[in-house]
Amino acid sequence: MIYREAGDFKTSYRDDSQTFPIRLDRWGYYAILAVAFGIIPFVINDYWANAVLVPFLIYAIAALGLNILTGYAGQVSLGTGGFMAVGAYAVYKLMTAFPDISILIHILLAGGVTAVVGVLFGLPSLRIKGFYLAVATLAAQFFLIWLFNKVPWFYNYSASGQITAPERTVLGHAVTGPATSAPAKYLVCLVMAFLLAWLARNLTRGMLGRKWMAIRDMDIAAEIIGVDPLRAKLSAFAVSSFFIGIAGALLFAVYLGAAEAGEAFGINKSFLVLFMIIIGGLGSIFGSFAGAAFMVLMPVLLKNLLVGTLGWPTDLAAHIELMIVGGLIVAFLIVEPHGLARLWRLTKEKLRLWPFPH
Amino acid sequence: MDQLIFGAEVFLNGLMTGVMYSLVALGFVLIFKASGVFNYAQGVLALFAALTLVGIQQGQVPFAHLINAAFGTSLHHFGWTVPSILAIALTVLVMVVLAFLIEKLVLQHLVGQEPIILFMATIGLAYFLEGLGDVMWGADIKTLDVGLPQGISDGIESITAGWFGYGFFIDRLDIWATVIAALLVAALVAFSQYTKQGRAMRAVADDHQAALSVGISLRFIWVMVWSIAGFVALVAGIMWGTKSGVQFSLSLIALKALPVLMLGGFTSIPGAIVGGLIIGVGEKMFEFIVGPMVGGATETWFAYVLALIFLVFRPQGLFGERIIERV
Amino acid sequence: MKTKLTALVVAGIMAGAPAMADLVVPNLSYRTGPYGANGTQYADGFNDYFTLLNERDGGIGGEMIKVPECETAYNTEKGVECYEATKDSGALVYNPLSTGITYQLIPKVSVDKKVLYTPGYGRTSAKNGEVFEWIFNAPANYWDGASVAIKHLLDENGGSLEGKKIALVYHNSAYGKEPIRTLQELAEKHGFTLSEIPVEAPGQEQGSQWLQIRRDRPDYVIMYGWGVMNQVAIQEAANIRFPMENLIGIWWAGSEIDVEPAGAGADGYKSVTFNGVGQDYPLYDDLQQYVIDPGKASQGGQHVGSAVYSRGMYAAVVIAEAIRTAQEMSGTSDITPEQLREGFENLDITQERLVEIGLPDFGPPIQLSCSNHGGSGMARIQQWDADEGKWNLITEFTEPDQEVVQPLIEEDSQAYATEAGITPRDC
Repeated sequence: MIYREAGDFKTSYRDDSQTFPIRLDRWGYYAILAVAFGIIPFVINDYWANAVLVPFLIYAIAALGLNILTGYAGQVSLGTGGFMAVGAYAVYKLMTAFPDISILIHILLAGGVTAVVGVLFGLPSLRIKGFYLAVATLAAQFFLIWLFNKVPWFYNYSASGQITAPERTVLGHAVTGPATSAPAKYLVCLVMAFLLAWLARNLTRGMLGRKWMAIRDMDIAAEIIGVDPLRAKLSAFAVSSFFIGIAGALLFAVYLGAAEAGEAFGINKSFLVLFMIIIGGLGSIFGSFAGAAFMVLMPVLLKNLLVGTLGWPTDLAAHIELMIVGGLIVAFLIVEPHGLARLWRLTKEKLRLWPFPH
Repeated sequence: MDQLIFGAEVFLNGLMTGVMYSLVALGFVLIFKASGVFNYAQGVLALFAALTLVGIQQGQVPFAHLINAAFGTSLHHFGWTVPSILAIALTVLVMVVLAFLIEKLVLQHLVGQEPIILFMATIGLAYFLEGLGDVMWGADIKTLDVGLPQGISDGIESITAGWFGYGFFIDRLDIWATVIAALLVAALVAFSQYTKQGRAMRAVADDHQAALSVGISLRFIWVMVWSIAGFVALVAGIMWGTKSGVQFSLSLIALKALPVLMLGGFTSIPGAIVGGLIIGVGEKMFEFIVGPMVGGATETWFAYVLALIFLVFRPQGLFGERIIERV
Repeated sequence: MKTKLTALVVAGIMAGAPAMADLVVPNLSYRTGPYGANGTQYADGFNDYFTLLNERDGGIGGEMIKVPECETAYNTEKGVECYEATKDSGALVYNPLSTGITYQLIPKVSVDKKVLYTPGYGRTSAKNGEVFEWIFNAPANYWDGASVAIKHLLDENGGSLEGKKIALVYHNSAYGKEPIRTLQELAEKHGFTLSEIPVEAPGQEQGSQWLQIRRDRPDYVIMYGWGVMNQVAIQEAANIRFPMENLIGIWWAGSEIDVEPAGAGADGYKSVTFNGVGQDYPLYDDLQQYVIDPGKASQGGQHVGSAVYSRGMYAAVVIAEAIRTAQEMSGTSDITPEQLREGFENLDITQERLVEIGLPDFGPPIQLSCSNHGGSGMARIQQWDADEGKWNLITEFTEPDQEVVQPLIEEDSQAYATEAGITPRDC
């Protein structure tokens, strides 16, 4: 009834090719932004920030990154945890070496460092494809973690190899370290997530994104029509790793505050982020956010429901939670292999015709 | 000279470890060959099989914890123990039922999906089975004993001591694992070469459509292959479980099998064996020679890096089918 | 529909915060994941002691104690979530049994003003109360443990380890790397050579490490392991016929589940411990009467009396004593975390007090102060008897070599203070 294109006239190409061509979508988008920037920072408390929103935003960034590589460029990677570790250790080294420079710049630089490492480990993708590549990226995962665990320089020679984020401020407010307030944490992650999502959206619908998709759909055919696979694949690895590096830097510096390579950035992280993009939808910006929300919220929700509301023993609840999450993943893949993004699209299609479907 | 003798010992032990890796990798290959599914749940299958075996052997009440929590009872054991052979047979039965259920509830609905979707489904399956195993049998560490010997082999030690003046260490369990792996491979080869079902399995592996058109039931073959993979998982679970007790970490042996697969090729049974041996020897020798220089613990990544470098030169693995791409 | 769903989601998330209770001591446990088998026993012991106090004495000082449990799966992010979910419910003290989560919480508890009690794990230099105001790690820490193990070896060798070879097999993580510095210092002092052998987590496959030990023939092996690493290491040690009495684990490598899979091969294996083992203590009669028989034991009481269970119970004993001290000092029974901190700093658990509790000689005497948050660091050695299936205590409580340990603690805590911008308090 209200969700209509009718009457929403476009008079320029610019209007026609905008991200949200339907007026209601646009309004919804602005409304979400207004709530996210204007209301949530004033009502957020520690629990909501630390248990729900901050991890959601950080994982959304990581999922965006992996989605660029896997969803848009078709290169399956299981090295996400390792690349996040690169971002985390890079930001740690930078913030302890140059304490006077803004942490925001350090976070971006950490993304840059990760991009370089990503390109390095992306080189084999020119020869290796499919599952072989997926397993090959595990080499990055295990090697990087081992390296960070082994070389004392990375953790500033501390006795136990743990890295701890010192306090750094932005505009006079602490954003890392223990004194950080919930709104500050949330806002830093929100700004990053917003800017990166905007960047991802515009990259993927520009020439670069189209090259990636051409490579994804068939690399030999893409090569024949003039897409350079070397540059397309490596640029995908670089951009993806940049995102993932920033996510790792935020995860360590803003969210956790202290980390240990093997524990915080293990192979489980790689799988978790991969799950997010599969459940959310490969090749979709919205899907990255939806998948991250699903995988972050689901366990918290189940735990609170089973332990908090039903009063089950925690171990039983944890085991059943595993079964439910596993079962849901399978069920999801069966019902909608293209993820939440596809479901959302179908809902919108239906809405356009509602209440008079033909 | 000493280093050479030590090196030889490390080499032999690497071969033995390689066999243990191959045992896990075999299950992957079987399923990938027949259904194109990269079954990440293979490690969890091994854990689940081992848990079930111990549970049956010791007469545990399945789902005891859940029942106790729901009804306030305090069940633990039935109070009997089952002989190993019978317990193994019963576990095989459970794995067959599991294979049937997996086919019925999961695979059947995912026919024709992209490989990555199938792969993710098996990860979901892995989570589910992990939770199920814990709910069924409890999460504590269980001792698995089916009568396999463990510890240093005195015969080999005294013989090598006579030759080199230094007795080699070979674990008797590893020797048994080698024998069992050899039997297993022989049985698998015989099965696929000389039985009707085995031929049907190979036909399905070659071409699903063609197999269907000559009247082979794809569903039956899949149930069968998953059952066999479940059996292989049981063997791997027994071997690894005897070593470390049956517990959560057992499922992580899947990660040890992945580089073996890359090296050997996803579709080749000999590849899984040879790949396992190369990885086993490679990582042990690397740890022996280079490890001390870089501070050790290189085994987690060396196998992957080795496989990666190898793949750059031969992208389909050692024995994998040649990838032919057409536009 | 959508709003309903949102409402449900919000309600589900909000349900995480438990209702206000009198004295809240959250139990951040892990009963699943790679270390679940160990975590379960610890959590049971921790729960049961507080249940006993509630059932028998009506709590502490008339206040009931509530122990909400939260599953962390040994995962730092879940640990943070558990901490955030419980901290506003009036929680007094946290004991997460994970070095990773401890590092996570150290800066947080100082800001939120909660006590963090990490007996025998966590950050060793937290012993320095001048820097770590809110963290306590009595009765002993990793470095104490390493020193006590070496002292035991000194005793066995008539006071000299000159020319001996000792290998450290360790979990390649923050936890496992802790003792390296101490052992290096001790090696210099006593003239033994130390070789470090890391095992990458989880430690399912340790063939190379134990082959190396077989080749190098060290006189003793000290092990800092956790989870599956322990079982495999002990099995491999038995396989290469390494003399079990020369293999000494830290307390986290000294539980029944670590040795039982190796069967008779594990006989004679030693480990350091700071708590008593077995059920030969009067307290267990009360526990049987008030907790186990009425069916109130955590998880049905299947692990009562095991080494890790006892350690969980011991942690609860120390916390309960600190609460009691705080109540006496502040004159109120409903204490705040600040008052509990004071209680910890004035904690004095004597042997007489342990007898009163019903646990004579169960732990070393603990006397804490503003500057000393780690106690005396005393620990003892236990040995596994495979035939009987139980641990035997073979030494008395031994002081660690504070000459070596204390300067290291000073150094590390100062480094932390500089890094985190903390001005040490005056004590």
